[in-house]
Amino acid sequence: MGRVKLLREDGLRHDGRKPDELRPIRMQVGVLNKASGSALVEYGATKVLAAVHGPREIPQKHLLLPNRAILRCRYHMLTFSTHERKSPAPSRREIELSKVIREALEPVVMAEVFPRTAIDIFIEVINADGGTRTASVTAASLALADAGIPMRDLVVGVAVGKVDGVLVLDIDEVEDMYGEADMPVAVAPSLGLVTLLQLNGVLTREEFDEALKLALKGAQVIYNIARETLKSRYLGVKVEE
Amino acid sequence: MSVTPSAEITVPKLRSATILSMLKKGLRASGRGLTDFRPIEIVPGYVPNADGSALVKLGNTVVIAGVKLEVGSPYPDTPNEGALVVSAEFMPTASPTFEPGPPDENAIELARVIDRSLREIKAIDMEKLVIVPGRRVWVVYVDIYVLDHDGNLVDASSIAALAALMDTKLPKVEVDELGNVKVDRNSRSGPLQLRHKVVTVSIAKAENVLFVDPDIEEERVCETKLVITVSDDGRIAGMQKSGLGALSVEEVVRATEIALKVSKDLLVIVEKSLTRPT
Repeated sequence: MGRVKLLREDGLRHDGRKPDELRPIRMQVGVLNKASGSALVEYGATKVLAAVHGPREIPQKHLLLPNRAILRCRYHMLTFSTHERKSPAPSRREIELSKVIREALEPVVMAEVFPRTAIDIFIEVINADGGTRTASVTAASLALADAGIPMRDLVVGVAVGKVDGVLVLDIDEVEDMYGEADMPVAVAPSLGLVTLLQLNGVLTREEFDEALKLALKGAQVIYNIARETLKSRYLGVKVEE
Repeated sequence: MSVTPSAEITVPKLRSATILSMLKKGLRASGRGLTDFRPIEIVPGYVPNADGSALVKLGNTVVIAGVKLEVGSPYPDTPNEGALVVSAEFMPTASPTFEPGPPDENAIELARVIDRSLREIKAIDMEKLVIVPGRRVWVVYVDIYVLDHDGNLVDASSIAALAALMDTKLPKVEVDELGNVKVDRNSRSGPLQLRHKVVTVSIAKAENVLFVDPDIEEERVCETKLVITVSDDGRIAGMQKSGLGALSVEEVVRATEIALKVSKDLLVIVEKSLTRPT
């Protein structure tokens, strides 16, 4: 299996990128009308929409916590976002990813400011080409900021993979499918915290240290784009007297 | 939808303050060292009707794992390999907070972490599981049931899954000229072939102190956990941050070092339990 050539003779990847090169990244905030906050994030052909509602009251009072807001998060793929049609029923993968994405955001959201409320985060994967969970974290964090929810830092995600024995940044679907390892990471760069870390695959100790460094480097670039996106949207906005 | 959990089992304030202040000094309320596991007891072959099984007690945490082999079709992209299916259920026996019903996100996460640990490094020799090439293969079902919850379910489950797989013997099969497969579960053709042995080591973090094998009270007061899968050749075969908090980069690196060291002892314990004369 996996006799797909992922690294070319010239050392570039199948799509012409250098090993430590990100795909073209695009971000937009405030793309939806009714949501408190929203963001559309693209890593190459991967396209993810995130919407935040709240802080708000919810009918399920038993879920609420007296000392903080609860986060509710759903990672969801549209049926036509993948090569094969994805069944609309929630998959085990989606259930797990909803959890790890929520747990990637929990450390930065200042939930203690809004006790007995819910902050709802809905993530829709519109087109999947690898790195959907990491793009989701970036989109969700931008949507939270767009909703005006106080945060300690933005969280951004990026995956590092190992293909044909080489560590590469921001893997796409082909590299994920035929590569030897996929390591999604989310970080809050200003806090120096890792808030999501998964490894699907096998790495030596040295490779792991190297992969983590590569992820941090990529995250910093994405972080800068995210900050610029928010700045260009809000810097011109004047507070009314 | 994944929701911020409420503290299901509350640890009294005084108790949690004690646990945390001791951790700051590098001590644990239970008297264990930071890298000490609780006593591990493994009973292989606990379920005679399973093709492989193990009961694992990790302190007061009790987990049972069973393997069932069924004849099935291979996946189209791997026609000459068997298949692996891992599932986990948190039984209502294990905790007053566990409700009967389909697995929740915690059980699904646990099962998928164990699944990836075994799958990515190809712990099972899948090519040895072909019965009729391209048509019939063994499907290995590893089912994990948590019977009693006193913390660190992931590591207890990973030990149970490994022990159950090491205990597994393939049933004899006969293939007729039409390619029909007949299974004889009363006789065995040999053990399931494993290429690697893997265990998870869950590292908990509280007060910027890292420690292994948290019991249920330590889990309640800790900020987050990092589950690290280590293989018998000392490679990292999987990882998962689990829980609300976060770790610094330095902590991630330090956790990896701890896991690589501790995993060796765990693998020895599992190995011993299965080679013990019966």
